[in-house]
Amino acid sequence: MNKIFALASVVIKELYRRKDFYVLFVLTALLTVAAGAVNFFHDEKIVRYIKDICLLLIWVSALIIAIVTTARQIPAEREARTIFPLLAKPVSRGQVIAGKFLGCWLATGVALLVFYFFFALIVGSREQIWPVASYLQALWMQWFMLAIVIAMVLLGSIYFAAPSSTTTITFVAVIGLLLLGSHLKTIALQQPEPMQSVLTAAYFVMPHLEWYDLRDFVVYDLGVVPLRALALATVYASAWTGFFLGLTWLGFRRRSLNT
Amino acid sequence: METAKVPTNVIQVESLTVCYQKPGLKRLTFEAVKQLSFEVHPGEVFGFLGPNGAGKTTTMNVLLGFVPPTRGTARLFGIDVRQPIARQRIGYLPELTYYYKFLTAEELLRFYAKIFGLPRAEADRRIAALLKLVELESAAQRPIKSYSKGMQQRVGLAQSLINNPDLLVLDEPTSGLDPLGRMKVREIIQRLKNEGKTVFFSSHELGEVETVCDRVAIVHQGELKAIGTVADISAGHENLEKAFLKIVGAAPAPTP
Repeated sequence: MNKIFALASVVIKELYRRKDFYVLFVLTALLTVAAGAVNFFHDEKIVRYIKDICLLLIWVSALIIAIVTTARQIPAEREARTIFPLLAKPVSRGQVIAGKFLGCWLATGVALLVFYFFFALIVGSREQIWPVASYLQALWMQWFMLAIVIAMVLLGSIYFAAPSSTTTITFVAVIGLLLLGSHLKTIALQQPEPMQSVLTAAYFVMPHLEWYDLRDFVVYDLGVVPLRALALATVYASAWTGFFLGLTWLGFRRRSLNT
Repeated sequence: METAKVPTNVIQVESLTVCYQKPGLKRLTFEAVKQLSFEVHPGEVFGFLGPNGAGKTTTMNVLLGFVPPTRGTARLFGIDVRQPIARQRIGYLPELTYYYKFLTAEELLRFYAKIFGLPRAEADRRIAALLKLVELESAAQRPIKSYSKGMQQRVGLAQSLINNPDLLVLDEPTSGLDPLGRMKVREIIQRLKNEGKTVFFSSHELGEVETVCDRVAIVHQGELKAIGTVADISAGHENLEKAFLKIVGAAPAPTP
């Protein structure tokens, strides 16, 4: 486990020593602050729109950070050839994948924490209420959704040599999953057989990232999600993450890496 | 009855064959290494020689776990190279500097110490000693990307020794080094030899091989062409270089 943590710590160090991470981070923070400072027409209900916009920004930024950071991990190791001195040490390829995943996931988690902290400050300053449990649940669910995304990106990065290809393909896939997840069942019910069965089957076998979107709970003050549902969603995300990491390991474990 | 303990070979390669697939639709394969067998004994400095494309790098890649063998076996200290634990007692110095340039030299060494599972106090002690050995104490807190090429090579040398390895694998260790750097590498090989460590290295610099190696193997077109002491292989030739050229079939035509 120490080896996995050591690998993860290098990923985190790289992330906070890179400038592009700060650019995205500062941009999101600035937009959140700016959105929170605006008071259109002195409308008291405007705070709901502000919350919606800020949470959307946080979703997009966290997704970009997770995908861009993860997509370059293994391809960059191969391109810079740092993978060779690493694999010449007593470390398995499974540990390398686990370390990369953990590093990216933890780094994304830290970014989320800071984003939500900003969000809570802005909204709190306008509404004078602090629904901490609701925010923490939204953060938790988003973080676990990003675990699935990060594992998917790692899998893609084994097969696509260029980080840009992995980034684009995964981004499209994630957006597709988020949109399809919300509408596929409705579309399936409107189709004739056998298309209805095919689409229903697809609905049940795809990872449902949209379940992790608790933005409406926060925007419309709908309270908190029952803990049982939260626990089930956590198990579901862990299972999908494990599945994608397993596939990544299968693809990477016997791959020839020529110096 | 007491049985004599037979020391395990440090490297044991048996009938090793490595095939690569050629790019294209026909999925043709070619054998980069063919039925290669050799062993390296504890405490010896072993030179692995051959012209470009001979299969040296592929063999080293198998030993280091980068490429899986297609057939045959390769073992380090009696353990199959496919198991990561086989690399617990080795140090590897690549030909060029392939390190995380956003880390400082000290951070890099600490990272590798963690990978080897060294206790904190032991890691601290070794990092300090190695930074002193490679004369990077004053630059230890600077990111590697700010180092000169020579300094980066010295970081490489330090990381290859972090676990006090029993086997040091060097890939073209002196290529691209200035005379001082070469001397340093030679000194370290000699020091390791005196400490009873095993050194396995590939090189094109036959003069150097002649100076430091106990035994050498010459591979050509994926096959082992000769193996033995430098004196055995050079016997009947002016020097190792002439013997090497004869073995790989590239001896110059005699002058009329």
